[in-house]
Amino acid sequence: MAKSIAQEFTKGLWAEIPPFRLVLGLCPTLAVTKSVETGIGMGIATTFVLVCSNLIISLLRKAIPKGVRIVCFIIVIATFVTVVELLMQAFAYPLFQKLGIFTPLIVVNCIILGRAEAFASKNNVVPSLADGFGIGVGFTLSLGALSVFREVLGNNTFTIPFEGTSFTEVLGSSFQPFTFMVEAPGAFVCLGLMLCIMNILGKK
Amino acid sequence: MREMIKLFVVVVIFSAFSGSLLAALHNATEEKIKIQEDNFIRGPALKKAMEGASNDPLLDKFELQDGEEIKSFFVGVFDGKPNAVALEAFGKGYEDKIGVIVAINLERDEIIGIGVTTNKETPGVGKRIETDISFSAQFKGRSIMDPLNIRSDGGQIDAISGASFSSRGVCEALNATSGIYKRLKKEILKKAEAFRS
Repeated sequence: MAKSIAQEFTKGLWAEIPPFRLVLGLCPTLAVTKSVETGIGMGIATTFVLVCSNLIISLLRKAIPKGVRIVCFIIVIATFVTVVELLMQAFAYPLFQKLGIFTPLIVVNCIILGRAEAFASKNNVVPSLADGFGIGVGFTLSLGALSVFREVLGNNTFTIPFEGTSFTEVLGSSFQPFTFMVEAPGAFVCLGLMLCIMNILGKK
Repeated sequence: MREMIKLFVVVVIFSAFSGSLLAALHNATEEKIKIQEDNFIRGPALKKAMEGASNDPLLDKFELQDGEEIKSFFVGVFDGKPNAVALEAFGKGYEDKIGVIVAINLERDEIIGIGVTTNKETPGVGKRIETDISFSAQFKGRSIMDPLNIRSDGGQIDAISGASFSSRGVCEALNATSGIYKRLKKEILKKAEAFRS
């Protein structure tokens, strides 16, 4: 029973949205959502790697022997992560500086390896692309949502990604920034609340 | 056995392919990345090292051969005279080398200022060599001809507490600068003279 392409795409947006439903890829989710720009940037970088690695792996799935499949997946993923890193340095240097160590760490993002192992290695090219793109967009949206929440509450600012314009005092000048939100424990609390909301919504 | 060889060959082909792809991309983006680094890392560091210069040192540069390497030198104009030169040198860091731009007064062989450039030091620990003003201020006015060391190595520079390794790397970079400067001083003076307007 094959699902349609559209279904493969949309499942990444709600039913299997990565950080909230699959609870995968938490390291970047927690670390880079301090501001909207880094959150969205990380999401786009991950989407690119996910789509490219899904494409290559589904194309080569018959050529890859079972015994070394994980090694091959990691080589493909690591290659695309380095591609992203170089491109980011060449065209979006400030973003590269802000993401820092988390760009190379996309290699160990379990969402990507997870999709390669669970989906791309068993399906045709087109569904794999749809799957990668869907999961990637879902990941970007969740990082975006989390980072808006954290940046507005924790810093009282809102930065439009890649535009450089940022709004200060979004919640009014009398609002004392809730600094806890932009620190690591705040990330856990935010993520927990989001998971909770998702579960309540899912039950209905 | 045949299975083993097949596995081996597949992995080798994968790695070779990805390696060559990345090498090609690296070559293609190298130039662009260098421009970006000039704008976002070397530029601000240079500005910090050459505080008070009346020109834009990033634009007034010349190149000289040092052994097998080609080094870039940035000229700073103070009081209407091109009497300062800045160059980048490297010292050993915790993870990767630490780049430091050192601005030197050509008349007195004195350090005008330093600015840390590329490095992969630990954020919050070694990274402080970039931002700690009282650390970088110690280098101002010291002679570039004398070796510099942190205090625990018998030198005269106070290391940032908890980051002596990175502080030592900065000193190393300064000593490397000193070596280059001593070797090329005559040529540097000649080249800098050309910027007199």
